[in-house]
Amino acid sequence: MKDLVLKSFDATRLRREIWDKVMVVVLFLCAACVLFILFIILWHLIARGLSSLNPAFFTHLPKAVGESGGGMANAIIGTFVLLLLAVGVGVPLGLGAGVYLSEYAHQRFAQTVRFMTDVLNGVPSIVFGIFSYTVCVLPMKSFSAVSGGFALGLMMIPMITRTSEQFVKMVPHQLREAGLALGLPKWRVITGIILPSAIGGIMTGIMVALARVAGETAPLLFTAFGNLHYTQSLMQPIAAIPLQIFNYAVSPYSDWHRQAWAGALVLIVIVFIINIWAQYFVYSRKRWSAGK
Amino acid sequence: MSRHDTSDLIFRRVLAAFPITVLIIVAGIFFELVYSSLPSLHKFGIGFLYHSIWNPVEENFGALPFIYGTCVTSLVALLLAIPIGVGAAIYLVEYAPVKVSRVISTLVDLLAAIPSVIYGLWGIFVLVPFMRNVVQPFLGKYFGFLPLFQGPNYGIGMLAASVMLAIIIVPFIISVSREVIAAVPFVYKESAYALGATRWEALSNIVLSYGKAGILGAVILALGRAIGEVMAVTMIIGNDPKIALSLFSPGYTLASVIANEFAEADFPMYLSALIEIALVLFLVAIIVNILARLLIWSVTGAQSAEAVK
Repeated sequence: MKDLVLKSFDATRLRREIWDKVMVVVLFLCAACVLFILFIILWHLIARGLSSLNPAFFTHLPKAVGESGGGMANAIIGTFVLLLLAVGVGVPLGLGAGVYLSEYAHQRFAQTVRFMTDVLNGVPSIVFGIFSYTVCVLPMKSFSAVSGGFALGLMMIPMITRTSEQFVKMVPHQLREAGLALGLPKWRVITGIILPSAIGGIMTGIMVALARVAGETAPLLFTAFGNLHYTQSLMQPIAAIPLQIFNYAVSPYSDWHRQAWAGALVLIVIVFIINIWAQYFVYSRKRWSAGK
Repeated sequence: MSRHDTSDLIFRRVLAAFPITVLIIVAGIFFELVYSSLPSLHKFGIGFLYHSIWNPVEENFGALPFIYGTCVTSLVALLLAIPIGVGAAIYLVEYAPVKVSRVISTLVDLLAAIPSVIYGLWGIFVLVPFMRNVVQPFLGKYFGFLPLFQGPNYGIGMLAASVMLAIIIVPFIISVSREVIAAVPFVYKESAYALGATRWEALSNIVLSYGKAGILGAVILALGRAIGEVMAVTMIIGNDPKIALSLFSPGYTLASVIANEFAEADFPMYLSALIEIALVLFLVAIIVNILARLLIWSVTGAQSAEAVK
């Protein structure tokens, strides 16, 4: 009787342990599957991108349909112009809101603003495009770089607000108190002591937000619109790498497809560089706090 | 002292303009969308949401095909992404050595940073041919008795879009689930081990049930991403406003119809109908986000939920 119980106990134990081992493998395969997909995508990007990339890509304008060669010089410049405009919209609003939330806001107002930035964060990118279309493109009666930069800038606000609030809050209280004890008004303490101390973290937030909008296409479709030439004025349509990739990818010409792959490689390199650069700011901030 | 007070007051007032502007922008987006879609709201009323005919030529607009396409692709994407994403998250938190886990997490973040237009490009030239030559013939051969896997095989279509969406949302599911799973107090696992549970039993019975709400939050957040995804879907779903049962057939989503037709909407009612679709997207996104955040907070606490992007 006792043997029987032990035997059946052993059998269950064995079954449970086998099941346990099987699940380790299954879970590992889940993680491996995700990595596999990442590598496949990166491999295609690098292989097809590198084989299509040449110096002309960075220096020449797009060629007309049927002619091979040409490049995306206008789109590369366009993307940087749009990002600059986006920074002009997103950074003051996000940073100002973040600092106010951390230093001055009443609890309820702060919560409302935080909630609204969360809402903004979840809004699909295409909605920003439409909003910018109705408030910028329609009144100005033209697609323009400004409207594209405006749409991208709005998308940066939630991230920048959230990170600046967090990093400003992390500045040690002693620093504030030291400033106030010297008789500085609070605004001098904020601009002279708190912001310089928190700048590393804030920059990281800005860069991450920038990396995120750098690859956005949907908000630019009916704002920046794209342009096959260099843009002379910010009130005119402007090219951007993501837009160009999209237009080329859905076209039926194999030469444009090659251009799209080259553009994709350049775009992903830009996005990754901005992301890595962002990490640098956090580390420099850490050095600062370790050194104090 | 009073000099300080005035300068402080001015600074404070000026600074307050920024958060107020942010509030105005959010409200502005909502009102602008409502205002611009008024003609369509008046003409079609609530029927806009359940009429299945989308015919710009006859000025007859119903959004059902897009709602259907969005629901189907998002749900199939979730079905594919949830097991893989949650499984990978469990592996990273519970099994993988810390260093390996950190490297993989960085790589997963890399996946999340890829712009959607690049996913779309990859989708057109790699995923779609793969679906056409390998996956869909296989499904048609062995599961062809299901109406889901019947009909002509173009490669582009709702199944390809769903797979694409699954790849796009998997990093979000992994990073939020990871946080939720890591937040489960260790004592619960220890007590399970003390009772003789194997590692998997402790995980499935204790950790997953404790973190249920949070993982559901992660899933809903991912759903929000899937619903709002534009470029990758537009490029491979086929953009055809019809309601077909088969996943092989081309479809259309709310976000992709705006991207695809907005530029050619050359009369006010067409534009208004498209903006009403954007309004629907906006409202769905808000609801989904609020729901997800409440669920994630319930597990990890408000503090760490702030880190969730």
